[in-house]
Amino acid sequence: MCGLFLIELVLVDCISLKETKMKKPVLLLSALLASLALSGANAVWAQAKEQFVPVLSYRTGPYAPNGAPWANGFVDYLKWVNSKGGINNVKIAYEECETGYDTARSVECYERLKSKNPSFVQTLSTGATFAITEKAPGDKIPVVTIGYGRSESADGAVFKWNFPIAGTYWVAADTIMQAIAKKEGGWDKLKGKKVGLVYHDSPFGKEPIPLLQERARNHGFELQLLPVTPPGVEQKATWLQVRQSKPDYVVLWGWGVMNSTAIKEAQATGYPREKMYGVWWAGAEQDVKDVVDGAKGYNAVTIQHGAEPNADIVKTLLTQIHDKGLGTGPKEEVGQVLYLRGVMSAMIGIEGIRAAQERFGKGKVMSGEQVRWGLENLNLTQAKLDALGFKGVMRPISTSCTDHMGAAWTRIHTWNGKAWEFTSDWMQADEQILKPLVKATADKYAAEKKLTRRTGQDCQS
Amino acid sequence: MAVGAYGAYNFFARIPDMPLIPAMVLGGLCATLFGILFGLPSLRVRGLYLAVATLAAQFFADWMFLRIKWFTLDTPSGSVSVSNLQVFGLPIDSDVSKYLFCLTLLCIVALLAKNLVRGAIGREWMAIRDMDVAAAVIGIRPMYAKLSAFAVSSFIIGMAGALWAFIYLGAWEPSAFSVDQSFRLLFMVIIGGMGSIVGGFLGAAFIIVLPIFLNQFLPLLTGLLGMAMSTTMVSHAELMIFGSLIVWFLIVEPHGLAKLWSIGKQKLRVWPFPY
Repeated sequence: MCGLFLIELVLVDCISLKETKMKKPVLLLSALLASLALSGANAVWAQAKEQFVPVLSYRTGPYAPNGAPWANGFVDYLKWVNSKGGINNVKIAYEECETGYDTARSVECYERLKSKNPSFVQTLSTGATFAITEKAPGDKIPVVTIGYGRSESADGAVFKWNFPIAGTYWVAADTIMQAIAKKEGGWDKLKGKKVGLVYHDSPFGKEPIPLLQERARNHGFELQLLPVTPPGVEQKATWLQVRQSKPDYVVLWGWGVMNSTAIKEAQATGYPREKMYGVWWAGAEQDVKDVVDGAKGYNAVTIQHGAEPNADIVKTLLTQIHDKGLGTGPKEEVGQVLYLRGVMSAMIGIEGIRAAQERFGKGKVMSGEQVRWGLENLNLTQAKLDALGFKGVMRPISTSCTDHMGAAWTRIHTWNGKAWEFTSDWMQADEQILKPLVKATADKYAAEKKLTRRTGQDCQS
Repeated sequence: MAVGAYGAYNFFARIPDMPLIPAMVLGGLCATLFGILFGLPSLRVRGLYLAVATLAAQFFADWMFLRIKWFTLDTPSGSVSVSNLQVFGLPIDSDVSKYLFCLTLLCIVALLAKNLVRGAIGREWMAIRDMDVAAAVIGIRPMYAKLSAFAVSSFIIGMAGALWAFIYLGAWEPSAFSVDQSFRLLFMVIIGGMGSIVGGFLGAAFIIVLPIFLNQFLPLLTGLLGMAMSTTMVSHAELMIFGSLIVWFLIVEPHGLAKLWSIGKQKLRVWPFPY
């Protein structure tokens, strides 16, 4: 393909020059070929010396305001690990690839970077997670989705290569419902109430529906589904429905520009923001900063952390990375929700590699399979987290062969007009609801793909 | 494309042990029916109006696969996936096998298309395209010619959609076949050169390979000049250069790359003694 393109380019040049000078295109061609050869050489160099981490990010397109801080946090953390000498002296090599939150582009990035022997891949989009889930087992690359991805992949016995560590959308949805029930004064008070789910009409937005339906069946409230076409700048019709049907609560499953638009529309419709609960992708500074006061009282669930400007890790990154002029993004965003999520995602990946090194040899470059073992046997105790600077930010996470999630801790935070403020204690998703749903959905997937559940023996490997 | 992909998926997933190639062909046939249906307005409207009328098909397909749960086998997320693909017992999982599989299908379809265009039916299509009244006068049935053109092109694009979804994406949702994708296909045709098969290849190469090439080449170029280029900058620059190249091509050669290709061939044929 590439060759064809080069010929084409040269031809075009020939014609535009009207054959006056034939030497120029030849020169151009050789320059191109030389640069291509150079790029190949670079790739080989990186592979031989370092642990490679691909960074799929989106800094362009409608989701860029939210995607950029995540990527900045992720890269800053990697830089920090490298400045400390890497993982037992193995440095991290990373390469960013722009996806634009587009599934096809994400797949292309994945295919492009997989030749560099990546430790793991963080897809950063539910659509891409679905696509890469099908490819990763063949390529032996773990798919790490911190707080997102496909919820049923928490079942490690079926999804051997998927790691939705720290929580899934079902955890988020379940704890939102718990918070609502608490506000109402108990689950029995929810009977006959109406909960509207305003969601991004994509696999991401549809993820919580099975869980909410299950909860609705159990507690007798009515679930109203209100899809919003991505990217969600036009929501008049949706909010007209909200005005007509007056749901008691609105759960907002939005992303990017959809969130601030939804809050503005709620303001315009006069829907009380106190009764709106967002998923954690809808609970960052970027989502409320355009509406500031209008968003006062708006709640969002956080998986593990929220905005933590005073956390140790944030201070460390500020002094050791940003103050040295190595920061990837603007300094103000350090410690914000999405930035910190990037940091946490990188940290969990790195700890997975570290765990793998402890078993397969310290100071060695780990393969995807070895990192998979590390992620599966991750045990982040509170002491370890505190040492890493995540004191008060995160609770312990410990994964196993069957449980690839490791923890289901969330909190609710509320926008007070100036900052995000925690308004609830730590909550945990209800296992009674979550477990059977995860198992049933994973079994369905296994049947569809003709997979068998992993046995105890396979877990040892 | 979407119809082909989802059609093939439904045959593949609903019928146990359905082989891959028949599923794809059946998916193509679904697209054919859909194409004929949405080709009906072509009997009345022409040119740009027809293009706009067929855009309706885009929105209809989008809605259909997003809202009618039956097509996606009631998956809660609306995303469907395929895996363990094989043809005649050979698994299609490595890059090489995927490439060879696509290449084989492409060759077969391209040869068929080339022969169709060369044959009587292709001549009928060309006559209809150039002037439908005159074509009708010399005894070409406009309805038959127009609808068969829609049917054949829909079949091919349906197969392409099935290949794209099955082989490349592996799992997809309706937004994979968004209006952006349709526009890219349209650009491929326009840039490649309308009415030629080699133009299709060249246009596709231009639209697909050029962004990847720019994406890889720009950081290297700035690296040589001693500057690091951020990923954001690269993707912005990529879009800008890509856009301006499209405009430039359309101005310099409105008949597309296929025309350039034939001019180039002609010039090389008489080189080094042009007359």
